[in-house]
Amino acid sequence: MRLAILTSRIRVEEKILIEALQKRGVEYEIIDDGELLLDLAGADKRWSAVDAVLCRSVSQSRGLAVLHILEHWGLPTFNSAAVTTVCNDKLLTTLALLRENVPTPRTMLAFEAHTAVQGIERLGYPAVLKPVTGSWGRLLARVNDRDAAEAVLEHQETLGGYQHHIHYIQEYVAKPQRDIRAFVIGERVICAIYRSSAHWVTNTARGAITSNCPVTAELNDICVRAARAVGGGILAVDVLEDEERGFLVNEINATMEFRNSIAPTGVDIPNEMLDYVLSGVREEAVL
Amino acid sequence: MAHCPECEAEVSLQGLMIGEIVYCPDCNAELEVLNIDQPKVALAPQVEEDWGE
Repeated sequence: MRLAILTSRIRVEEKILIEALQKRGVEYEIIDDGELLLDLAGADKRWSAVDAVLCRSVSQSRGLAVLHILEHWGLPTFNSAAVTTVCNDKLLTTLALLRENVPTPRTMLAFEAHTAVQGIERLGYPAVLKPVTGSWGRLLARVNDRDAAEAVLEHQETLGGYQHHIHYIQEYVAKPQRDIRAFVIGERVICAIYRSSAHWVTNTARGAITSNCPVTAELNDICVRAARAVGGGILAVDVLEDEERGFLVNEINATMEFRNSIAPTGVDIPNEMLDYVLSGVREEAVL
Repeated sequence: MAHCPECEAEVSLQGLMIGEIVYCPDCNAELEVLNIDQPKVALAPQVEEDWGE
């Protein structure tokens, strides 16, 4: 068994995964996406010597492109290109959740600023504008009134690339100064954290503090359903708590960061990930 | 020891791996480790719009 880990840079997460692989005695190779030159006609010797690939690219576009190619060559990938495609795109994620009746904040889509304002006002102020792609809580805007909405939309249309001309408008959920990140591996939530912040954006990349969140049957159920809705795998499901409606699934991440979640939960997340990957590859080999 | 391409300060790569990010002890530039055997670092790439989880 030889596992390739596709990276853009070596973060704490990759170091922990490498350490876990070394302890298990599993052969591995670190492959930097920046060094790749891929002949699409077929896998070269380097890739042929690999049994599976764990995508840890910090670049979502590079990671996804490589996953498509590797799957074309017949290599098992974690997560799959299909799952990663959905998770990298907030529109596709929302549609997947709606398709499977997983509760999620009400969302609208518009392509012109004036219709986007109509959508925002239909949802009511405050509302949230997000880029359909992007991560770490970047470029999120909570718009509290029409002046702010018009200003943000003008900035998006003037300064942003074409992706920013797709206006993804989400209702603002008055969460209790925290959200929940649940780690789903396969068919279960292995652990979850609260991400607490005085700021309305509660990403740890934006300074939120983490603490353990008990995994109730209700939380497990909605997160597993959400993970299934996008195709399943190793996923971080972000959940908002609404006073009236309960849990709402906000986003799902396909290349999750977990450095701040091991200590508060006491769960060995990297080894859980590797258990899933290695057992998945072995099952495929038997078939 | 590697040298910071920004300010030429010496940067220790002890215990690091290729691809890791290290900060220059003098100028605090974000540096990416390129080689351990022949110690070399470069200015780390800036965060791109598609970076994330």
